[in-house]
Amino acid sequence: MLKRVHFPASVLPYLLVAPQIVITLVFFIWPASQAMYQSFLIEDAFGLGTEFVWFENFQILATDHHYLASFQRTAVFSVLVAALSMGFALILAGFAQRVVRGAMFYRTMLIWPYAVAPVLAGALWVFMFNPTLGIFPYFLEFAGITWNHYLNGPQAMALVILAAAWKQVAYNFLFYLAAMQSIPNSVIEAAAIDGAGPARRFWTIIFPLISPTTFFLLVINMVYAFFETFGIIHAVTQGGPGTSTTILVYKVFNDGFVGLDLGGSAAQSVVLMVLVIAMTVVQFRFVERKVAY
Amino acid sequence: MVENRPLTAFLTHLVLILGVIAIALPVWITFVASTHDELRMNQAPLPLWPGDYFLVNMKQTLFGSGLSGTESAPVWLMLLNSLAMALMISTGKIAISLLSAFAIVYFKFPFRMGFFWMIFITLMLPVEVRILPTFEVVANLGMLNSYWGLSIPLIASATATFMFRQVFLTVPDELLESARIDGAGPLRFFFDILLPLSRTNIAALFVILFIFGWNQYLWPLLITTDTSMTTIVMSIKQMLEAAEQSPQWNIIMTTALLAMIPPVFVVIAMQKLFVQGLTETDK
Repeated sequence: MLKRVHFPASVLPYLLVAPQIVITLVFFIWPASQAMYQSFLIEDAFGLGTEFVWFENFQILATDHHYLASFQRTAVFSVLVAALSMGFALILAGFAQRVVRGAMFYRTMLIWPYAVAPVLAGALWVFMFNPTLGIFPYFLEFAGITWNHYLNGPQAMALVILAAAWKQVAYNFLFYLAAMQSIPNSVIEAAAIDGAGPARRFWTIIFPLISPTTFFLLVINMVYAFFETFGIIHAVTQGGPGTSTTILVYKVFNDGFVGLDLGGSAAQSVVLMVLVIAMTVVQFRFVERKVAY
Repeated sequence: MVENRPLTAFLTHLVLILGVIAIALPVWITFVASTHDELRMNQAPLPLWPGDYFLVNMKQTLFGSGLSGTESAPVWLMLLNSLAMALMISTGKIAISLLSAFAIVYFKFPFRMGFFWMIFITLMLPVEVRILPTFEVVANLGMLNSYWGLSIPLIASATATFMFRQVFLTVPDELLESARIDGAGPLRFFFDILLPLSRTNIAALFVILFIFGWNQYLWPLLITTDTSMTTIVMSIKQMLEAAEQSPQWNIIMTTALLAMIPPVFVVIAMQKLFVQGLTETDK
């Protein structure tokens, strides 16, 4: 942590950490503690007075079926996003690590969507699936499916899941590919000499050996689906139709900025903070136990 | 490749090419939309092959007055705003993280670990979970509608601090000993030895943070109300809303294309640094 050889204490180290600490205090710790404080308050209907109510906001949340439904929806959404993008990335990485000629080309062509902002990913997909003009609804019509994500809840959910998973494939692919390339060749060759074909080698050797990466990516993808997909939801569905795509992070925004329910929104923020802390702890525990081959 | 099987090799390339096509399809359709005129973009089925209005659309998007019937800043100004925000966020994050990592690794002073944990906590407080109170702080400081408001609240960084801490810990102790024998003070050591040694790490981190900064959405959306401060990424949402009245998809999709070209270019042109930055900051 500290260098064995180091400089003596003086005023300098305080000056060095000052910018980071000031910004952290003003824009992170103070607002977060405000959110916590506000989550214990209820404002009256006219905004004239506030009352300290301890955990009443949380009790309201725990019995609010809109909130519980949003929780459930977020779980479904994030699991499907993670499964879809990780599955797709695993297949592509499994094939890409076999390639010698053109390996660089494939990697480049598969990682660039990382740089596309979530809201832009949403815009691209909402254009492709525009009910009157889009390419996909036009072809789906031939299959007898009428596509309109402005009216059909499950279709809206499917669209945001597709857009969110599309953007995340690049990230998962990169980490899977790196993990597969770090497996020693001798292990793979030994299996080949014993007569295991490519598919068998993949499932009995490569896949178990990269399981730490799978776990790491699972946590990262859950965090991504929980928090970073706000832009996609905002651009594609605005949480609708009805509330069928209102995930937790969208609900915090909507209740706070549109509904102006400060206490309720703050209580939701606190719940989200607890979730992030849990995910971060899981992620760091994993890093400490990283498996070496 | 372990063995030579022509059929498997063929299958491998087939799957990869299909994967590349599936990933590129949304952007291809966007590109095609930016090469047709408004009339063509309102007839289903939409074209799948480029037309020849690309330059016309580019010119109208960049320097025209935006979508008809809406009031917004010209797109070239939005691109400049985005560039300024991305550069301020990335250089700001790198600068303050370098300094705090240097202090934590190379100095022994009271509350050192306290500061370390305080920085660590920022990892657990993404902007999405503290939207309202952070907005209030920025409003009270009078930083709404300014570049400072766009960038400063986002530049505290636990990941960057950890990464530089990791880098500094691998620097041999002998370097500091010999520097001190030669009479160098802490700042001299920092600028003449540590900074040059961590050059590639800084570059790799810069690539990641530039993309992070450019793609900010929720934060600029909250704190900019003045159209002259709009960033290109947030303008897309306003255009999609306007599209319900005037569906000028050729212009909207040209804007989307312009919004993603800079970060995508950075990833492709600096691929090696990008991969290094991504794997270093997240593990």
